Amino acid sequence: MTITTKTAASEADTAANNSVQPILQMRNINKAFSGVSALTDASLTLMPGEVHAIIGQNGAGKSTLIKVLNGAHKLDSGDILYQGNPADFNSPHEAQVAGISTIFQEVNLIGYRSITENICLGYEPTRFGMVNWKKAHAHARSMLARFGLDLAVEKPLQDYNIAIQQLVAIARAVALNAKVVIMDEPTSSLDDKEKEVLFKVIRELQASGVAIVYVSHHLDELFQICDQVTIMRDGHTVAQHAIKDISKLQMVAAMLGRDIADFSDQTSQNAAQQPFSEVLLEVENLAGAGVLCDVSFKLHRGEILGLAGLLGAGRSEVARAIFGLDKERVKGKICVDNQQVSYDQPIDAINSKIGFCSEDRKEDGIIPQLSVRENLTLALMPKIAKNGLINETKEREIVTSFMRSLGIKASSMEQPISQLSGGNQQKVLLARWLATEPRILMLDEPTRGIDVGAKAEIQNLIKSLAKKGMTVLMISSEFEELVDGADRVIVIQAGKSVSEITSENLSENAIVQAVAHEAPRSSLTKGSAA
Amino acid sequence: MNNLALKDQQNSNIAIKNNMIIEKLKQHGTLLAFLFLILVNILITPNFLQIQTLYVNLTQVATVAIVAIGMTLVIASGGIDLSVGALMALAGTIAPLIFLSDFALMSPVLGLTLAILVAILAAAMGGLFNGFLISRYNIQPIIATLILFISGRGIAQVLTNGELQTFDHASFEFIGTGRIFGVPFQAIITIVIALSMAWVLRRSIYGRFLLAVGGNEQAAKLAGVPTAKIKMITYMICGALAGVAGIITTAINSASDANQTGQLMELDAIAAAIVGGVLLTGGKAPILGALLGACIIQLVGYTLLANGVHDAVAMIAKAIIIIAAVYMQQMKGAK
Repeated sequence: MTITTKTAASEADTAANNSVQPILQMRNINKAFSGVSALTDASLTLMPGEVHAIIGQNGAGKSTLIKVLNGAHKLDSGDILYQGNPADFNSPHEAQVAGISTIFQEVNLIGYRSITENICLGYEPTRFGMVNWKKAHAHARSMLARFGLDLAVEKPLQDYNIAIQQLVAIARAVALNAKVVIMDEPTSSLDDKEKEVLFKVIRELQASGVAIVYVSHHLDELFQICDQVTIMRDGHTVAQHAIKDISKLQMVAAMLGRDIADFSDQTSQNAAQQPFSEVLLEVENLAGAGVLCDVSFKLHRGEILGLAGLLGAGRSEVARAIFGLDKERVKGKICVDNQQVSYDQPIDAINSKIGFCSEDRKEDGIIPQLSVRENLTLALMPKIAKNGLINETKEREIVTSFMRSLGIKASSMEQPISQLSGGNQQKVLLARWLATEPRILMLDEPTRGIDVGAKAEIQNLIKSLAKKGMTVLMISSEFEELVDGADRVIVIQAGKSVSEITSENLSENAIVQAVAHEAPRSSLTKGSAA
Repeated sequence: MNNLALKDQQNSNIAIKNNMIIEKLKQHGTLLAFLFLILVNILITPNFLQIQTLYVNLTQVATVAIVAIGMTLVIASGGIDLSVGALMALAGTIAPLIFLSDFALMSPVLGLTLAILVAILAAAMGGLFNGFLISRYNIQPIIATLILFISGRGIAQVLTNGELQTFDHASFEFIGTGRIFGVPFQAIITIVIALSMAWVLRRSIYGRFLLAVGGNEQAAKLAGVPTAKIKMITYMICGALAGVAGIITTAINSASDANQTGQLMELDAIAAAIVGGVLLTGGKAPILGALLGACIIQLVGYTLLANGVHDAVAMIAKAIIIIAAVYMQQMKGAK
């Protein structure tokens, strides 16, 4: 409730302060993909010269909103007013011509062409029908000079790092007379110094009246660069605030769909029945894989350890690193049973009895063409085969027993897994790992996208497994789930393990405070000055 | 009221039954198409029901069917192999080089055995090379196999100085022209290969892993499937089967022609695999379907030829069959 009233207030505020017309308004936008709603009554008001952040959890609808705005997706209903007129772009190109440019995470320019060509593509200065290269290079140089960049514009774009490529993309947008520039996670692959340059460019654009839509999950950055923030959840734009009126804690709360007051102080019921003493897994100074910079924690035998953090903090990357994925990109020490290990690939981790149920069922969980049976026993194959041949009797026995014990609902074990509900698919994947009888089971968002009933079943199952002595590392975006299930929680922020919440202090409120706590990253300016 | 409800129930029962029939039709479309073709032939093609007709068709379909089985495995892994025709030429050229050598003249049995084994092994190595490029360096299969598509035939031509090697070797020619209990030997080879591959796919870890890799490589990898190894084995099997087909072709012709052996075979094999119901996105490997697909394409060609239709028209007919097969696949996918 507090949030809605605040929205109205802040909107009135903006209107009063600026007699200027908004450059862009999106009103009551609806968009569904094959019946599943991605945007519901989403709205966005953008003033000239403002940097407007859009934040939200994974799947909140941020990208869909951007894609509807730049013409990549057609909206189902709603209005877009651009410079006061109704706008209907059929493609990102049309939007760009009209002055709305999108800078993607993966720069969508032509790597092997020169910077000049990339900036001038489509409107090269010509002389006698030929490209006037002298003029083109000069133009490109002058565009970049605005951002304080002095580059060899004749060289291919791919000779430069991502940061420069991004700036070139922005330069192109500006050269095309952009009035609105949309930036999707612009800082995700930049280091601190590059970020400073980007922010300078953003301020420069802002000063010349360009409005910027800034999508990011690095909340700390928003306070440095943004004026307004729109928060999205489940396809709704739930709130808009001036950045100065909102705290990071409030942002997190709104993203999760809760009021700060709603976060219960109720501590976990799991108050250590027995003290966990034996360390089974120890991770020290894990770094790399793009986001991790320093993660350390210990996991005890029989314990459920929760990993909490915001989207992009590096939770999944921790589990992937332990499991032997991205090996060449990860540094740090991983010990299992006091032995330092370094798995080259998942099979090595599986052989030392570690299981990893990944976050995205569709992407890297199920094999859609295969049956429930074939999916369930996939990780178990080497154990139920002899001389390369599968022992089918044994396979069927195992599948039958897991289908019964986990209550997997399927017409038969031969039904293709793709026909099952999300909850049942998740149970099959859990069974895939349980069948390998792991000592350590890592679960990444074990209850995402499944119905309430199946969710409770899976949560109970995890608890009962731990009671029987299994050790669980549970990653979850739902703090409630962590409080309810975990014995202890490690909070990860921007690739660092920043705090530990033990069972006697474990509450939603404690997690939310820790997650939203000022991150080391926010000392960015100080850091780069030093 | 009651009556009406009953009628409704009956209607819906009929509807369900109809749906089931359509479902069955979709499931066994390939087989039905094949049976339909046979029926048409019995009605219109003169002398169709002669054992001789069967043998002619079996002889002609064997090589395509064998290569199509390998192709089905590769496509099921999510890839494609353009080099099969060139590998046929390679194997077809290597075998005569060995059994015509001085060594083979001294010990014919060993010479012939070596000739066949080395030829198949060479083709298998070609396949392994494909698999290595694809799994180790992440080169797209169409590009990776293009390398041997071009150079494999080149190697074969270099080995023979680009000349046709003719020979007169009864034991070797048996592979292409011999019969056992009246059945063409190559047809027996084909059936043995098809049945054993179908069995391997159903029963072995390799088969399961192959479908997993083709279905969702990321997921397979996370579940501990050695994806690179599986892909290499798959391309190797495909290469070896192409080698077998190359040997059969050479045996039929009593000559090895590095320029002609296996020409356009990659396209015929892909067509047969698709008609057989393989999913181009991977994850499904209907081996017996590939066999059936090859038979359908063969039979259509035969039907047209036997009824005096021009060869060029037969090619158009092939294209239509492929379109029909793809359409049926999409119908299946759409349900």
